Amino acid sequence: MIQPLPSDLITVNVDGQDIAVPKGTNMIEAARLARVEVPHYCYHPKLTISGNCRMCLVEMGLPAVDPATKAPLMDPATGKQKINWMPRPTIACATNASPGLHIRTNTAAVQDCRNSVTEFLLINHPLDCPICDQAGECKLQEHSTAYGRGYSRFVEQKNVKPKRTQLGPRVTLDDERCILCSRCVRFSKEIAQDDVLGFIDRGSYSTLTCYPGKQLANNYSLNTVDLCPVGALTSTDFRFKMRVWFLKQTPSIDCESSVGANTEVWSREGVIYRITPRQNDAVNDTWMADSGRVLFKEVSAADRLSGATLNGAQVTQGKALQAAVDLLSGRGGRAESGAVKGVAVVSSGRSTVEEQFLTRKIADKLNATVALVSRVGVGDKILVSADRNPNIRGALVTGLIRALPEQKLTALGAAIDAGQIQVVLSMGEDLIAAGLTEAQQAKLAVIYLGTHQNATSAVASVVIPTLTVFEKAGTLVNQQFRLQKFARAVPGLAGVSDDLVTLSYLLNALGGTPLGATLGALWPVIAAEVKVLAHATYDTLPSTGLLLDSASWAGLPFVEGETLHFKPVAGPGVTS
Amino acid sequence: MAYVVERKPLTLAERLYLPQIFAGLRITLKHLFAPNVTLQYPEERPVIPSGYRGVPTLVRDPQGREKCVSCQLCEFVCPPKAIRITPGSVPADQPDRLHIEKAPQAFEIDMLRCIYCGLCQEVCPEEAIFLQNQYSLSGYTRAEMVNDKARLYELGGTLPDQHYKWDKKKAAAEHGNTH
Amino acid sequence: MTALYQYWLNLPLVLQMVIKGLAVIGFMFPFGGACSLIERKISAWMQGRHGPNRAIPFWIAWVPIIGPLLQRLGVFHLMADGGKMFFKEDPIPGHVNKFYFVLAPIVAMIPALTTVSVVPFGAYIDAAGQLVPLILADVDVGLLALFAVSSLGVYALILAGWASNSKYPFLGGVRASAQLISYELSMSLSILPVFLWVNAPGGSGTLSLFAVVQAQSGPWHAWSGLWFIFTMPVAALIFLVSLFAETNRLPFDMAEGEADLVGGFHTEYGSLKWGLFFVAEYSHMLIGSGVFVLLFLGGWNPLPWLPLATFAGWLGLAGNPLVVGALSIVIFLSKVLFFVFLFMWVRWTVPRFRYDQVMKLGWQKLLPLAIGNLIVYALVIAWVQVKN
Ligand code: SF4
Ligand code: SF4
Ligand code: SF4
Ligand code: FES
Repeated sequence: MIQPLPSDLITVNVDGQDIAVPKGTNMIEAARLARVEVPHYCYHPKLTISGNCRMCLVEMGLPAVDPATKAPLMDPATGKQKINWMPRPTIACATNASPGLHIRTNTAAVQDCRNSVTEFLLINHPLDCPICDQAGECKLQEHSTAYGRGYSRFVEQKNVKPKRTQLGPRVTLDDERCILCSRCVRFSKEIAQDDVLGFIDRGSYSTLTCYPGKQLANNYSLNTVDLCPVGALTSTDFRFKMRVWFLKQTPSIDCESSVGANTEVWSREGVIYRITPRQNDAVNDTWMADSGRVLFKEVSAADRLSGATLNGAQVTQGKALQAAVDLLSGRGGRAESGAVKGVAVVSSGRSTVEEQFLTRKIADKLNATVALVSRVGVGDKILVSADRNPNIRGALVTGLIRALPEQKLTALGAAIDAGQIQVVLSMGEDLIAAGLTEAQQAKLAVIYLGTHQNATSAVASVVIPTLTVFEKAGTLVNQQFRLQKFARAVPGLAGVSDDLVTLSYLLNALGGTPLGATLGALWPVIAAEVKVLAHATYDTLPSTGLLLDSASWAGLPFVEGETLHFKPVAGPGVTS
Repeated sequence: MAYVVERKPLTLAERLYLPQIFAGLRITLKHLFAPNVTLQYPEERPVIPSGYRGVPTLVRDPQGREKCVSCQLCEFVCPPKAIRITPGSVPADQPDRLHIEKAPQAFEIDMLRCIYCGLCQEVCPEEAIFLQNQYSLSGYTRAEMVNDKARLYELGGTLPDQHYKWDKKKAAAEHGNTH
Repeated sequence: MTALYQYWLNLPLVLQMVIKGLAVIGFMFPFGGACSLIERKISAWMQGRHGPNRAIPFWIAWVPIIGPLLQRLGVFHLMADGGKMFFKEDPIPGHVNKFYFVLAPIVAMIPALTTVSVVPFGAYIDAAGQLVPLILADVDVGLLALFAVSSLGVYALILAGWASNSKYPFLGGVRASAQLISYELSMSLSILPVFLWVNAPGGSGTLSLFAVVQAQSGPWHAWSGLWFIFTMPVAALIFLVSLFAETNRLPFDMAEGEADLVGGFHTEYGSLKWGLFFVAEYSHMLIGSGVFVLLFLGGWNPLPWLPLATFAGWLGLAGNPLVVGALSIVIFLSKVLFFVFLFMWVRWTVPRFRYDQVMKLGWQKLLPLAIGNLIVYALVIAWVQVKN
């Protein structure tokens, strides 16, 4: 049975196969829907069309109509409407599909076009793949294997152009490799809103460069490296570090702000080499900020915590955990203050949903007050939001906190001064940076569960090391109340337990109902207890995330301003 | 199509099997007095034919310069994953090679893994790695069996080719465009 | 010389026997080792290799020509191997039945050393002009005793296979016993014509091997001067093939079958115990060859129609029993050694049979042939007797 087409779909024919595509789709995307690949360089789905590489040439035809009567002309041989094929090929990127459009990508003429374009592109190409970082993910390399001729007919001298130009602090340009597709130019203008790139000279001497006195220095400059179909723009940080074909890709989330840009972590044998954006059209399209790409360096940072300590002395993980349990349950309080009266949990907006859920359980068990550390910066209106905690909404969803955190931990400070709180369980948060004074901190017995050293870990009674976001798996809730998951990219530091294991151990030891220490065991419990997560499980979460029902928190004065794909609901306290 | 090959029926002599045994005995007896073909190894050494696949080594060009650009193709192609390269930039103290940009910082071949397949030599775009005539190597520890960069160059020596692809590039860059 | 001989004759019989026995043992053990070296050398040469040629004590290396020659012949490997065999660690796997495991190689040696006693290895002419055999026990049932005892050798293999308590040795042991049974029949049947001839009606019945040699020591042109291999070639062939099977030598070494059974019955053995099995195997080879020479190749007679006594007479040695004895031993031993060589030669020429081929050959080919051979010879001998 033929389904009537929804009104915004039109039928086109790609290589003899009819397919329904949305109106306004260009021919490359229409062919993609028909599982036909049209090779292209300059076209990028998230940028404007420039149509200058000519790689996407295809043959195009339209149904014939009588010029006078506008009646369809039928082909007597087939009984179908005649197709008027255009005498010359068309670029597929710049032609939108119209009803009845016919596309041919597999004819000799199209093949010829591609071969010729490839030969022209390779005329002045330096062919230095052995030293080029793009090798392995280079479109020119890929298309050359399909459409290149294997040897060169060019006997004249090749053009020489500047090599190893520093376009900015993070981007290196090799002009000889540039195929002048202008993707980078368009990106800077349209997405990064920082118009610094352009071409000088003409013909085969055209050269990409920065405008005089300018630099490609914006926080999105590395996206041009991802965009560049060849190895012209390369990342200075990743330069000559590792071949991409050795790297394993793990889907992850950018934790620098509540945008939660989707990322791909590239690692080899437990070492992370780079982070690139992963396409999510509802969150970050195909972009991410440069600042999020260096976060992996925290994994092997010098100040990483690698072993548990008790009052500054190295102890086993088991001993430290026992000491923590003693402190929390009031058995091992400070000698002078006798039995411990008050426990507070300083939780983190950087913890995952699962960790926050377990933290809440622990806090409930101990009747502890819960504070959360707020981190507010300035949003750049693109992919870095004002709220630099990636998972404040996770804390709200799991019930760890009910209201947004105060800017400084003033309430907690007051309680400490009043002597009501003597033990603090810090989830990796630096209490001084969060607003306590040294004097207040000195009155506390702190249990610090974190990845890196800071002012609090230095004075904490018990320090238990935990894993970074690259070494564990979990979920985060971004500013759109989108539940997104990330996977483990590299194995954790030797001897450091997963955060979930540590937390569920504490919960058990404090007498709570034993909950699982793995995502698989924990999620059914979370789904059963948290209403808005009722149908979620880690394994079935789509890679683009799951939008949660945020009605319960609609009135809260979130600090985020507008970013790509996010408009704040006007609330009472919106500041930016 | 399947063929059925008819077996010739055995003659009586063949079925007796004794003539065959005697023929065999004759052959072995002949060999008993024939000269030996084995080499007395440590004293006598075999003549290494050209194209022999011995220990993989790194070679220098006739000017004594490193040829490898650490493209890591050999590391990729190596079936037993014997090669381990840490890529890096050309050190600043080699001004005539700075335009090559890339050179290995470290290059290790684990000879306990290498199977002497020669694929690394086959794949190298710079003609920098060659399996030469070295066939005898041994060591007391695993670490000794890993040839590092210095050792690979020591074993490899110089390749007397006159290709100089990178020098030509440099000359072209200095010459500039024709317009 | 004569005084020494007189002194020997005057020794108590028991002491004579003990000394003779020790001499034989003292000969058998080094012989086993030497055989293994010879086998290594012969196999090497047949395969175009040099074989063992490295070991040499440094003080012999100083001797100019002899030293290097001995080294190239690999003579010192024999000692090195022997020494190694004695000092090597001797692991006994945890899963074996220890008592029988240790017993097996000893049991293997018993028939190897016992059977020697009934094999005459030479003869001399005593003062009365009689030919007297050099033998430890000249019993009338000689051959029967020999067969009876030597077939005990297979018990060692079965015992080793069973005590090892693992599958390959077990399979090896089972094969060994099946093979022994299959070939013992043809073997016994193949020598019956010889004894039919020797014990022709009118003579006194005997199974003594000395008598068999005597029956091949006739003068020029007499039937009895011909060796039995010429008069009974089929019997000789059957006996020889069975001998290969009995001694577990290639192409019949089913019990070992290192290609399919890893090493068969001796898989779990090492060092001296393993060595004992091999000394036993070479002893079996030696005795088997000896019996073949006695039965079919005229024993110590130098040539057909040329008995030892006549030969000694030509050389003018008739009155010198010691020299004649030594001469007879040399003649006998050289024939035996040729057969030992034959064993090795065949081993490095013929590939191993499949197990079913071994069984088929034993039961379907050799056994009927041996029976037919017996009937034909019985009729022929009867006819010859009647004609006489
Ligand atoms: S640098 Fe890359 S992205 Fe920019 S124009 Fe050249 S090829 Fe295109
Ligand atoms: S010869 Fe083969 S195995 Fe050895 S290093 Fe080269 S590619 Fe690897
Ligand atoms: S030896 Fe050749 S293939 Fe290997 S990294 Fe160096 S240049 Fe590349
Ligand atoms: S992709 Fe269409 S012209 Fe470049």
